[in-house]
Amino acid sequence: MANVRAVGWGDTAFRVILTVFAATIPLLFVALVARLTVSAWPTIRAFGFRFLTTSTWDPVANVYGAAPMIFGTLFSALIALLLAVPLAIGVAIFLTEFAPRPLRGPVGTLVELLAAIPSVVYGLWGIFVLIPLLRAYVVPPLATLLGWTPLFSGTFYGNSMLAAGIILAVMILPYISSVSREVLAAVPSSQREAALALGATRWEAVWSAVLPYARSGVVGAVILGLGRALGETMAVVMVVGNRHDLSVSLLEPGTTMAAVIANEFNEAAGLQRAALFEVGLVLFGVTVAVNAFARILVWRVARGSAVGSRAI
Amino acid sequence: MAEPTVRLRTERLSALYGSQAAVKGVTLAFPVHTVTAVIGPSGCGKSTFLRCLNRLHELSSGGLVRGSVFLDDRDIYATDANPVAIRRRVGMVFQQPNPFPTMSIYKNVAAGLSVNGRLTRTETDAAVERALRSAALWDEVKDRLQASPLGLSGGQQQRLCIARTIAPAPDVLLLDEPTSALDPIATQSIEELVQELKREFTVVIVTHNMQQAARVSDFTAFFYLGELVEHDVTTKVFTAPAEARTEAYVTGRFG
Amino acid sequence: MISRVVRRRVASHVMTGLTVVAAILALLPLFAIFADLILRGASSLNWDFFVKNPAAAGDTGGGVANAIVGTLIIVGVGSAIGLPVGIGAGVYLAEYGGGRFGTVVRFLADVLTGTPSVIVGIFVWMFVVRPMGHFSALAGAVALAILMIPMVSRTTEEMVRLVPHSLREAALALGFPRWRASAYVVVRAAWPGIVTGALVAVARIAGETAPLLFTALGNMNFRTNVMQPMQTLSLQIYVFATGPFEEWHRLAWGAALVLMGIVLIFGLGARFVTRTRFRDG
Repeated sequence: MANVRAVGWGDTAFRVILTVFAATIPLLFVALVARLTVSAWPTIRAFGFRFLTTSTWDPVANVYGAAPMIFGTLFSALIALLLAVPLAIGVAIFLTEFAPRPLRGPVGTLVELLAAIPSVVYGLWGIFVLIPLLRAYVVPPLATLLGWTPLFSGTFYGNSMLAAGIILAVMILPYISSVSREVLAAVPSSQREAALALGATRWEAVWSAVLPYARSGVVGAVILGLGRALGETMAVVMVVGNRHDLSVSLLEPGTTMAAVIANEFNEAAGLQRAALFEVGLVLFGVTVAVNAFARILVWRVARGSAVGSRAI
Repeated sequence: MAEPTVRLRTERLSALYGSQAAVKGVTLAFPVHTVTAVIGPSGCGKSTFLRCLNRLHELSSGGLVRGSVFLDDRDIYATDANPVAIRRRVGMVFQQPNPFPTMSIYKNVAAGLSVNGRLTRTETDAAVERALRSAALWDEVKDRLQASPLGLSGGQQQRLCIARTIAPAPDVLLLDEPTSALDPIATQSIEELVQELKREFTVVIVTHNMQQAARVSDFTAFFYLGELVEHDVTTKVFTAPAEARTEAYVTGRFG
Repeated sequence: MISRVVRRRVASHVMTGLTVVAAILALLPLFAIFADLILRGASSLNWDFFVKNPAAAGDTGGGVANAIVGTLIIVGVGSAIGLPVGIGAGVYLAEYGGGRFGTVVRFLADVLTGTPSVIVGIFVWMFVVRPMGHFSALAGAVALAILMIPMVSRTTEEMVRLVPHSLREAALALGFPRWRASAYVVVRAAWPGIVTGALVAVARIAGETAPLLFTALGNMNFRTNVMQPMQTLSLQIYVFATGPFEEWHRLAWGAALVLMGIVLIFGLGARFVTRTRFRDG
């Protein structure tokens, strides 16, 4: 409806009001970036690039380095992706290709229900169910078998990167799965049929015809999941241990950017607060970049529709 | 003052999509209280031509109009003309019945009335009843005016759309293939309705069904590849056309 | 000697089976969490739970009345701010959003939807809490509204775009001015879908905790004044779960069950709206 001229004040007023509402979005974005930068300026000026690479976080001496948090964010997200992606894509393939038709709706809804559970409830479950479970059944065998590797070294007190990674995996699974489903469903069925007509087995048809077609969309879904994992706060802060240490061991506690902000912001003042704002700025920058990249990938497959906006 | 014989006419009307001309230089007059059928093979520009008569064509992507359309001797494409006001005087019924799904039958018919200014409840009731009677739908819906229009059959929905279009008393009625989505019985009822409607309105009907054109219209205009090839009394166009192309079309040699 | 065909067929069945396993593994945590919520939370649900405020630290009994009311107030005010703006932005995107500005808005809306809520929290702290001088439910509501706006704008846009063109044309052909055709016909027709998207967004923000940590802060007492700090179920769960008392842990599960219930009500409400509208026609 490109050519409808505004005739009369009704049309103009309508458009102006709506434009104002729409303008809040870019305004919010700019305000966020500006506000975070301005508030972070004291530490940006004081530490410059070292902020991203040093590990000292000392409110008394007023020296701040965010390397442990940045590492923790990336590390926990990586664990989450390693656990969630195979499962999520498996679920998506199951639902679009193999599941009997009457099952698709209910099972799909159940998987999406995982996304409805609030982060703090995941954290609650993590503290009182997952961690005891890990402590009793999972970590002892892992520690005895693989305790010599750096990944499983150290003592397990409960709060750990492993717990955070597992919870994050459960939390991002529905997002990756639902976007992958939409992407896979958008693949024309003629692709699959062509492969089957050539004599492929059902799995081969999926693997060689459907998945490659949807590949960039699925990658986009994974990256969207990554974006989610990077920013999750409550569940992580409740199970990760909040220790400012950079350790590669899954069994040890750690911290993430989102968690440290949640933990320390209310008590912080002065330079520490600025440091937390800078952490927020870094986190914001990383999630914006990841989300933008993911959206571009998903848009390309689903042609600009709001795929994944509902889930996310 | 005697009533004018022609209230709507076009003069060298052309319609384009971007740089592609769909209608080329058509000059045509529609006498009052008549039905003019616009026929031609698909892609000949007849629907595009119709949509120029109520300034809907310009809303399509790349839609451009050249030439003039005179409604009561005023060019509707003049720079100071108000398209919204024009559309209140030239009504249109579309191929697919499109009642407003969120409004009741009553509200649908009254929809065009509210934009014309406030009427009292009794005035609106009277106008709605009048329109529904003229559309031969009153008896079927008078007991469920508050119901959703989506419970009506295709033919009834189309008659509802006609009622909606005639309720604000336009001067001209444009019908864009109004029966092509309907079954034969519904089609017949609409065709009978068109004959009634010409008593009040000037009717222009686009149709790809030649038999329908022959049944329903007083005048017929044959379009081919965007040009007006022949325009004459219907019986003459169908029995003794002047142009070879017209004859080829009406005898079914191409469609 | 297993023939190639048989091997491929077996492989296909194995892979299919693996996807089934994936589905089961994915659903295990869901059932586990819901089972735990019911098993551990149900014991807390008594009359006191819903009408009393938290007891003094370490004492048994008490409830989460302040948190339930707080959740409703903050979510309500947040929605009152966020929904109109989000829906308005969505209608803009659907009606006028073809140009460059529309593309920018759409892109940023998608990007903002993925922004960690904790960052919105510190942002609102700077903009509302700091100038006001104290924490408040209002600040919390603002933070939640900021989270809602991008979400709701995209779902609204999608729903309005789904309305068939012919409806708009019919309205215009009747002589409706552009804005009336949009507002009274097109948006009206999309309304059930818009409401669904809105309810889904409300369900999302009802569970938020991080942005409220620095805005509404929380409150162990019953408060209804939006200018004061206020408790929500999500905040209460956090405090109770990370606190030292067994009794608090028990109450946390109860509060989590109630919160999950509220979220599900909004979610189911969203589906219900779509279904009844479609039945009516």
